[in-house]
This record gives sequence, C-alpha cells and structure tokens, in this order.
Amino acid sequence: MYVAGVGMTKVDRHYDKGFQELVYLAVKNLLNDVKEYSPQAIVVGNMMSSSLYQQDSLAAVVTDAVGLRGKGGFKVEAACGSGGHAIAAGYALIASGLYDQVLVVGVEKMSDYPTSVVTLALAQASDFEHEAIYGASFAALNALAMRLYMHKYEAKREDLALWPVRMHEHGSQNPYAQLRNRITVEDVMKSAVIADPIRLMDSAPIGDGAAAVLLTSEDVVRKLTDTPIQVAGVGLGSDGLDLASREDLLKPISIVVASEKAYKMAGIEPKQIDVAEIHDAFTITALLSIEGMGFASFGEAWKLIREGRFVAGDKPSLNLSGGLKARGHPVGATGVYQVAEVVMQLRGDFPGVKISKAEIGAAMNTGGVATLTSIIILKR
Amino acid sequence: MKISPARVWREKNARYRLEGGRCKRCGKLFYPPKTACPYCGCLEVEKTELPKRGKVLSFAIEHGVPEGFRHQAPIIVALIELENGVKVVSTLTDVNPEEVYIGMSVEATLRRIWEESDEGIIIYGIKFIPTE
Repeated sequence: MYVAGVGMTKVDRHYDKGFQELVYLAVKNLLNDVKEYSPQAIVVGNMMSSSLYQQDSLAAVVTDAVGLRGKGGFKVEAACGSGGHAIAAGYALIASGLYDQVLVVGVEKMSDYPTSVVTLALAQASDFEHEAIYGASFAALNALAMRLYMHKYEAKREDLALWPVRMHEHGSQNPYAQLRNRITVEDVMKSAVIADPIRLMDSAPIGDGAAAVLLTSEDVVRKLTDTPIQVAGVGLGSDGLDLASREDLLKPISIVVASEKAYKMAGIEPKQIDVAEIHDAFTITALLSIEGMGFASFGEAWKLIREGRFVAGDKPSLNLSGGLKARGHPVGATGVYQVAEVVMQLRGDFPGVKISKAEIGAAMNTGGVATLTSIIILKR
Repeated sequence: MKISPARVWREKNARYRLEGGRCKRCGKLFYPPKTACPYCGCLEVEKTELPKRGKVLSFAIEHGVPEGFRHQAPIIVALIELENGVKVVSTLTDVNPEEVYIGMSVEATLRRIWEESDEGIIIYGIKFIPTE
C-alpha cells in the first residue's frame, strides 16, 4: 500500500470558505502532486460537521466538491483523531482488495462560532454524561493530566513552555501553518488562562482546514507517481472514554497499544523513526504522546525536550510542521495533515523545516484525552 | 435543544447517589458505572454505592467555559480519589479557586450541575466541597 500524492489547504480562519471550498483547494494541490488520478472511493475524516453545521452525509459533500459524484464513501469520526482513523479506513478498503485507489480527505470548519460554542462541541470528545455535563471543557480535562504530570514528575511550569516555543518556531517556516509568529517562554507564561495550568499558548488554535491523501495499491502506484511512499504500519488503540476509570492518567494505553501494533506491522522499533508528527493539542498531549510512543520513558519527555532533543535532525525529529500548536488543529482534518507532512518529509519536499534522507516516518493522531489513537508508519 | 427527562432519569443513581460498578470476576470498583469491567473485560458487573469522602488528586481552574456555563465560571474541575480508591471526575464548589490543593479532603454534595435551556429541566448531580 502506498501514498501516491498529498495536498493541503493552509489552516486559517477561512470566513470565505465552507466545507467544499476547503476540500477543493486541498484536492487541487493533490492533483499537482500526481501524474493521474481516478479514486474509486472517498473516506472523510471529520468531527464536528454534525454538532456545529447540522451536516451529515459528509462524503457526498466531498464528492461533489471535487467532481467525483457517483463514487461511494463515508465519514469517519474519532473526535480530534478522526483524520488518522480515516487513513486507517482507507487503508482497509485497499488492503481488502475492494478498491485500488482511495481518496482520504480530512476537513473541519470551526471558525464560524464563538469560542464557547466550539468549546461545548469539542467537549463531546469526552464522556458527556459524566464529565462535560458538569461544564468540564476539553482543556480542563487535559489540565487535570498536566497538573498531575507536573506534580508527579516534579516538572516546572516553565519547563512545559519550551514545547510551544519550538512549535511556533517550526510553524513560522511552514506556509500551511495557521500561526506563523515566533513566541518566547515569557509569552507562554503570560498568556491568558484557559483552564489553569493550561494557558492559551499551551493550546492549539481554532481554525479551518482540509488535507487530502491518495492511497493506492502497489499494482497501480507507478502510474500515479515516481515518488511513492509506503504505508508500512497501521495501529489503533483506545482508552477509557472518561478519565476517572483510567488506572493511570499519565500512561494512555491507547497510544501504547496503537504503537505496538504499528511498529510490529512495520517491523521497526521506535528508535528507528527519523521523523514524526505527533498530536500536541495541548503541551501535555505532546508529553504523553512522546512517552506513549516509546521516544522517552514515562516521566522523562519534559527533561529530554529541555535538553534539546527532538529538534530537526535528531532521531526522531518531531513536529517540523509546527504541530497542532502552530500548524493548527482543524480537529477532524489534523490526522490527514500529519500523514501529508510526513510523506513530504520522506520525499524531501516539505516546504518548511525539513530533514534530509529520512527513511522512516510516523503520524500519531488522537481524539479525546488520548482516548482513540491511530499511528501510521510510512517508509520511503 | 432540550434534554429529554428520560435521559436525565436513567442516570439518577450514578449522578445523585454516586453509584458505580463492581466487577464480579476481578472485584475491582469503578466510576462511572459501565456494563463491562474496564479492567478485565468481564461482562458480569453489579451496581454499588461509593463512599462520599475523598481527596483531590488533580484539579483545573477552568475560565474558558462551554456555552451555557458562563454563570458558573470559573469552574473547578477535579479528579477525586474516594476513600476506597475509586476515582471520580467532578467539580468543586463552596471554595475559592486559590485555596484548592492536591491532597485536599472533600466530600460529596448534591447540587445543580446544568441548566441546558430556560425552559428545560434542571440537571442535578454530585459536586464536592472541602471538609476542613
């Protein structure tokens, strides 16, 4: 199984664009990335078309947006992890032999509503009847994990400000990123409190976006591209919908389980990964992801970041796009952006911070507080 | 949107009495109640009422609140460990946000948790207050 081509729309507050215009731009970019294109089915990653836009049947919105009326498809929802799970579903459609070209699109519109309305829609990623119904926001639930992390591992608040500073540095060089300004540790420490200890600059911004990935079987990939990237591993995992019943909030089993499956399928160990895009909706999510994927022992990720690990050229280089923090997080589209970015890193044509001669890449996307995780391993 | 009374009614034991679950195989307790054991996967679980006292394991002072919760801001969201070790996510009330700390002793109290609309039903549930 291969990725034949990718396309992205810049993440932004696109007041002049709806679902179809965002998808159209991403697919137009994908068309410039392949020699020919005739997908037989569509999979859409999206979280909030139903809760914010009263729009279901989203695959039909996508097919009409890009001239593919008649082709079948469906939407995949796994909260903020919808995009990565859409890639997994597309993989399955091809691996089963049902189709040999599947277009996976991630799309999200978030900017039309006030923050409080988006906050309520995002809270649907948690256990609504036992968490969100108390007014607990998604940021507050992540803040429970962040405070516990700092308390248990004796990390200072300033230590956890280093990650967003680095993400903005990367984002400043990525033309597809929503936030392209550089920031300092002081900026993070002084930014508005969202859910203490989480501040505005620990959090991914609200934005709109779409990304597209064309998956193909080995039989047809050479007709479509001269630079195919292999999908070498796919792994999925879940944790408790609610946080209360989790045995250890700082060891998300969804990430551990998804990693083990994806690494085994690809025949690799985490230390072999050259480049990865990980899910950093909040700074704490980055730390849990780094540890859950085996790039650091539990409780050590913050120290390694402070020591300068995971920068461009390190193994692995993490979030050279700017991550969710700076590239942006159009929630259900994010997992598809990550796969597109890792594909470009492996081909050597990512238009921002890039590394040379990367052979193995990973895209890690999760919904909820690491509740539903997908990991995709890509090889040059 | 107006929440159906049945939706609130069927959660009454968990939300008013802090009723959780006990696995008939591994014996572990958990909250909120589930139809299967979250730890061993056993499908035979029974309901059990949980203790009403515990301590704060972690907390967040939430200023950016969801639509409909503006009048409650800031909301103190807390992860609480009950006396028997079962954990609960709820909110703290009758306490200043600056006075909350990890390890603080708290006990359950029945309060309003959500008024979804001007015309709909008022939803009650368990919040926690300091015992000191």
